[in-house]
Order: sequence, then structure tokens, then C-alpha cells
Amino acid sequence: MFYSEEECCMTEYYKAEDLDKFGDVGKHNPELFKKFIDWYTASLEPGKLTKREKVLIGVGVAHVIQCPYCIDAYTKSCLEEGMSLEHITEAVHVASAIRGGASLIHTLQAHNSVDRNSL
Amino acid sequence: MKFSEKVMSAKREPLKALESKILQVNLGYKCNMSCKHCHVSGGPNQTQIMDRKTAESVLQIFVNNPFETLDLTGGAPELNPSFRMLVAEARKAGRNVIARTNLTIFFEKTMEDLAEFYRDQRVELVASLPYYLEDSVDRVRGSGTYKKSRATLKKLNNLGYGMGSPGLPLSLVYNPQGMFLAPPQRTLEIEYKRELQERFGISFTHLYTFANMPVGRFKDFLSRTNNLDKYMEKLASAFNPATLDGVMCRYIVNVGWDGRLFDCDFNQVLGLTTSSDVPHHIDQFDYRAFIGRRITVDDHCYGCTAGQGSS
Repeated sequence: MFYSEEECCMTEYYKAEDLDKFGDVGKHNPELFKKFIDWYTASLEPGKLTKREKVLIGVGVAHVIQCPYCIDAYTKSCLEEGMSLEHITEAVHVASAIRGGASLIHTLQAHNSVDRNSL
Repeated sequence: MKFSEKVMSAKREPLKALESKILQVNLGYKCNMSCKHCHVSGGPNQTQIMDRKTAESVLQIFVNNPFETLDLTGGAPELNPSFRMLVAEARKAGRNVIARTNLTIFFEKTMEDLAEFYRDQRVELVASLPYYLEDSVDRVRGSGTYKKSRATLKKLNNLGYGMGSPGLPLSLVYNPQGMFLAPPQRTLEIEYKRELQERFGISFTHLYTFANMPVGRFKDFLSRTNNLDKYMEKLASAFNPATLDGVMCRYIVNVGWDGRLFDCDFNQVLGLTTSSDVPHHIDQFDYRAFIGRRITVDDHCYGCTAGQGSS
């Protein structure tokens, strides 16, 4: 059977309704999953950073790791913190710029390699 | 769990009204706008509008009882021919008047002097502005709404509204532009004030953040997109028992456009009248009987108790 790209990559592998089934991940190792959930929940509690700051970090990271579930979840969290696409876009640019910079800095590896391999 | 059961588990008794200080009157569902989140599904073609006789009865009940505030809503309350009479007579009686205005009605024919009327009558204004950005507002309320709202706010500021002048408070109302909950009111108020001041030099008094109620046009949207159950779950899971003491139904009596009596405007739209042991119509109104009445609740009431509350 042939699938269109959308069917293959979005429908088959990523289903929006699976986000609500995240708890199923714990079925085969509830102890470890509980540790993760406790850690995750505690990490997002307001501390020195506000809830708003934390969900902005979350939405930036979600884009960089290209997780559609996380993007959906953290976009909603941003809206619930009173933010708009202006805020989200700025955060994504920050995260993406860091990701871009991380690639670019590796150019120095190429420079070093050239030095090592050249007369 | 049903809302009524949730209340019982939190308070050990049903939700009951205190002495009503506010008479909230819905003058009809006619409106110059058709906002996507409107709980009365207001619009230009709506025909439910309070007639003169009912408006005069409302006025008598208001001035003859110890209500402190007349809270006028709609639709666009200004479109009711009795609107200015009610405002003027209530003010003449020395009572407060709140008008819930949509900010674009000021551009309609015969409304050219509305801002000055409000100022002269010292009416407290509560205005709908679902966000401080144009795209977000126009998406929910229709193209061009934001620019008109901005112009009206500037005009109201020029007349002294929202500038700290005594008797001229101007509050704004945020509501989510979708099926998510409202952010903390205080945080968003600071941001609204900063953004509107920096972008346009606009000032206002307070910001109120309300959840969208699963009623009217917003409920239609949720049903159409198969999200009603999910939204109801979201509201229910955000139930905050601390909000129960402050929910508005405990402090108001709501009058529908046809003179029927309700505990709030949402119950009115749903046709859920006041409890069976008190009058259901202003023709039989009895102020004392309404004190301590049992509030009529259903699951939409989760909208007023989610998170920080919405009253």
C-alpha cells in the first residue's frame, strides 16, 4: 500500500489524540514513569522562574526537538499564560538561533580538520 | 462529577445567594457584532429585545429595593430604546450604573454622542477587548474591530475615562480566543496596561479575565469541532473550591429581556430560571425572598470556578 507523505508521517506515526495517552507509557514500568512524572511536574512548578517563563522555554525547546506533541501542548500553555504568537515566535527564534549557532560553531571543527590534513 | 455534587463535596451545602447588591439586566440579544465567543449568540438579526413596559418594571424594582448597582448588558445594551432612560433614572436615584459595552457601538448611527452621555451620567464602563493585539481581537470579533475599539478607548481616555478621574472607571475584559483557560488576571493586567500604553497611549482602570462559557456561540464551536467534552473536562479538572465564595450569582439578580429572573446571564441563555421557591418574573419580584435562595446550577457553572474563577 502506498501512502501520501502526510498520511505516512502525520497520520500513521503522529496522532494528536495520542497526547492524551501519555500515561500509557508507564504501563510497563510504572515506577520509572512515576519518577519521570514527579520530576517533570516539579520542574514546571513556579520557582525562581515564573510559570510563564517556564512554558516559554518549553515551547522553544519543543520546536528545536521538533516534537509535535510538545509543540501542541506548550503552545496551549503559552496561550493559557496570556501569550500570543508574537511571544511564541520570539521564543522559537531564540531556540532556533541557538540551534543554528550550535551548527555553525562546528565549522571550527572543519577548520581544524583542514589544518590537520593540509600542508 | 456533576457541578452540584462538586459544590456539595466542597461546601457541604448547595450554593446559596447572599443579599443581592446588583441588579443585572439583559436588554436583549441584538448587537452590531457577532463575536465567535458570545454566550447569547448576539447579532444584528436577533429579535429578543426588552420592551418599554418591562424596562419600566425593571426600573421600579431597582429603585424601590436596596440594590446598589444597575448592571446593563446585552447584546449591545445601547441598542435598546429604553437604555438611556434606565441609565438616567438610575443615576437620578443616586445609584451606580455599569454598562457592558463592546467599544464598536460608538460608531453606529445615533450613537455619536454615546461617549459624552456616559461621561455626563458617570456610568462605569466594562468593555470587551479579548486581547491587546489586533490579529487576536479581529479573529474573534470580526475584521476592523480592533481599530474601532482602539479609537473608542482613546476617545474615552480624552473624556477622562480610565485616567483615574473619580466616577469614570473604564475596565477591560479579556477572554481566551479559543478553548483554553484564562491566564492569571493580575499578570495579564500589567501586560495589557504596558502594551496599550506603549503602543497607543491608552489607559484603563482594571482588567478582568473570564473563561469562555460553554454556552451559546462558543458551545456551538466546541460541538462543531468535537471539543465540547474535552473543554468540559478541562473546566472540571480546574475546579477551584476557593472561587465558590465569590461567584457572581451569589451577589446579583439577573433579569432577562422578557422579564424572567435568573441567577446569572448564562442561566438565562440556557433557560434555567431561579429556584422554584422564589418568583420567576419581575412582575412577582420580592427582594427579601431572593436572599439565601438556592442558586440554580448545571455543569456550565464549572466555567466560573475554573482556576482563579471568572466572576
